[in-house]
Amino acid sequence: MTEVISSRSYFEIFSLPVGWNIERAAVDARYRQLQQKFHPDRYAAKGDVDKRLAVQTAALINDAYQTLISPLRRAQYLLQIDGVEADQESHITSDGVFLMSQIELREELAEIGQDGASPAALEALASLEQRVDATYAGLQDEFSVHYSAGDQAAAFDIVAKMQFFVKLLDQVEALEEQLDS
Amino acid sequence: MALLQISEPGATPQPHQRKHAVGIDLGTTNSLVALVRSGTPETLADESGDSLLPSVVHYAADGSNSVGLLAAQRAIDDPLNTLSSVKRLLGRGLADVDSLGAQLPYEFERDDGGMPKIRTRRGTISPIQVSAEILRTLAERAERAIDGMLDGAVITVPAYFDDAQRQATKDAATLAGIKVLRLLNEPTAAAIAYGLDGADESTIAVYDLGGGTFDISVLRLSRGVFQVLATGGDSALGGDDFDRAIADWIRRQIGLGDSLDPKQQRQLLASARAAKEALTDAECAPLDVLGWRGEFSREQLDAEIMPMIDSTLRACKRALRDAGVAVTQVDDVVLVGGSTRTPLVAARVGEFFGRPPRANLDPDLVVAQGAALQAEVLIGNQSGDDLLLLDVIPLSLGIETMGGLIEKIIHRNTTIPVSKAQEFTTFKDGQTAMAIHVLQGERELVDDCRSLARFELRDIPPMVAGAAKIRVTYQVDADGLLSVTARELVSEVESRIEVKPSYGLAETEITQMLKDSYSHARDDMAARALREQQVEADRMIGDLTAALDRDAHMLSNSQAQCLRVAVAELRDLRRACSEHRTLAQQIQAVGKASESFAALRMDSSIKSALAGHTLDEIDQD
Repeated sequence: MTEVISSRSYFEIFSLPVGWNIERAAVDARYRQLQQKFHPDRYAAKGDVDKRLAVQTAALINDAYQTLISPLRRAQYLLQIDGVEADQESHITSDGVFLMSQIELREELAEIGQDGASPAALEALASLEQRVDATYAGLQDEFSVHYSAGDQAAAFDIVAKMQFFVKLLDQVEALEEQLDS
Repeated sequence: MALLQISEPGATPQPHQRKHAVGIDLGTTNSLVALVRSGTPETLADESGDSLLPSVVHYAADGSNSVGLLAAQRAIDDPLNTLSSVKRLLGRGLADVDSLGAQLPYEFERDDGGMPKIRTRRGTISPIQVSAEILRTLAERAERAIDGMLDGAVITVPAYFDDAQRQATKDAATLAGIKVLRLLNEPTAAAIAYGLDGADESTIAVYDLGGGTFDISVLRLSRGVFQVLATGGDSALGGDDFDRAIADWIRRQIGLGDSLDPKQQRQLLASARAAKEALTDAECAPLDVLGWRGEFSREQLDAEIMPMIDSTLRACKRALRDAGVAVTQVDDVVLVGGSTRTPLVAARVGEFFGRPPRANLDPDLVVAQGAALQAEVLIGNQSGDDLLLLDVIPLSLGIETMGGLIEKIIHRNTTIPVSKAQEFTTFKDGQTAMAIHVLQGERELVDDCRSLARFELRDIPPMVAGAAKIRVTYQVDADGLLSVTARELVSEVESRIEVKPSYGLAETEITQMLKDSYSHARDDMAARALREQQVEADRMIGDLTAALDRDAHMLSNSQAQCLRVAVAELRDLRRACSEHRTLAQQIQAVGKASESFAALRMDSSIKSALAGHTLDEIDQD
């Protein structure tokens, strides 16, 4: 890996100020611009060293892009820049109300899956997904508030909650797939 | 934008500098080669005007091989020595063969741990060798057409091919003496050929049903950038399965049991295929096989293949979900692959996407044509300013953890190239070795996924349990091929890795096969190898000279001088040397010496890209 790119933050690579808010269209455009320049296809006629460097550089650009456009990964990355390792799965929020609602949502999901595919089951799943999406969006707003206020502990707790929701959304998708087939 | 090189009127733009690259579609049933001429991709035909080369190789008793139509004609009278549809076996294991076994009229070698080999009168033959014969035939066809040597090829693979299947395809090319510029996913190739990037931004779905594989890819197109959002499919489903379903139906009508001899099997399959093809236009097809006469109708065909089409549509649904695209957001649907000629396929796909699919380009040719366009850009004949392909990995990559479970390291539909690292530790005091089992697939248990390779990391310095920090890095390149490295971080001791590919050929086996083919035509192969090294030397001399002219200021005077001397020496050797190994050694040495210069130059180009320049400014440097 070349020093220059591996030593920069993902925000720098995308010419963005470090912060929660990003403009998706601008990130997409910058992504295409960077890959136009560094994708291995641009180095296909070059020697092995150049090819290897291009693979590493393009992989890093891809990772930066995926990190910036994913709310959870962006939040974790922002905390990491501040020296807080946020992808520790061991942290569990002590917010009892939150944990209770999590358990209820999981039970609801399990119940929908019990009786196999039916129009009613698909409808129930769609309704659940909508609520989960809305709550997840709300958590992102909360993160933004705590992060901007410099309250790292609170922001860290929100990231743990966001992790719950990302997992739940994965499970919703898995069930959707199961009901479809 | 970079300046286009415009030659003076009447002057030929250095004809010897133009390189020749082709696109090759290595199909289950048919294979093709295409070349870009005056900006347009054309598939190349053989002497009798056929573009499609049946993917069949016949191994004759006199030691000669025939490939294509001639070989296909031997299928019925010499079934065990006429190998077809071997793409279904590439990168596969014996267990897969057992599930396909009854359908393939071959005898398999069973005592081998890796890829199954087929027993013929000429000894056991690997599917890779059969594929290499097909590739070699197409490369020769291309070299006749260009009247010169081929500099490289883009070879297409099903998007849903796993790592072992991709590696096997690349190995076949190596064996055929073809330089692979890129393995390109078939649906992506088709999208390029359609060139559906006229609009500002659009979302397209490519439905590709070939002889033995099915792919669905969802792409976002935006000003020359083809970004694959998700891909899905089944690398063991295609028109062959339609044929088998029909053959089975006929067998039931005749009242035959399922223990037919290979000759009868081939006859049944041939007549099933003929009936299927006839039903593309007709409502009813006559049957006359094994002394039985009957009829097969469109309705009966539809009933036989309906479950298979349903399964492809489920894959479409999943790909759309992975892409985060609703079916109503798809602007265009493209049909690729000979099996989409079956009327029910086109109808059901149209129904699913709620719009009539496009099939204005020949579904048999379009993949090779797209590959040729990409080859032209990669070899450097055509400025690649506009065309960029961002593809994904079709299946998740993971590592075996405790209890036969898999931890995913790279998830399916991640854009490639990609590199991810995960840290592991030892669980016993004084542990000095660690087994790493690399797998690919979506399921959670090791037994349900495809084993790609087993590594052993040795020479870990003895420490207490949990103290060692072993970083395992998965890197997938633009061909979708995985490489794995492992390092112990605490001691920084370089650890040794041993790789055992689960279903591929070991490096030594390929070398042996290459040697065997050298001995058949030693002079020819040596000449080819020398020519390849000369081309590489010329490239290196040209690149380094240009780089030194422009960027020597990045180096100290003595460093620059060293490189200049190395280039001069290489130039001398290039002129004088007729031994390809000697030249290859020198090329390697110069490559090594210029490694840090290459990194400095890459750094500088990254710096200018990061400095907030616009793309146009960057391109001028």
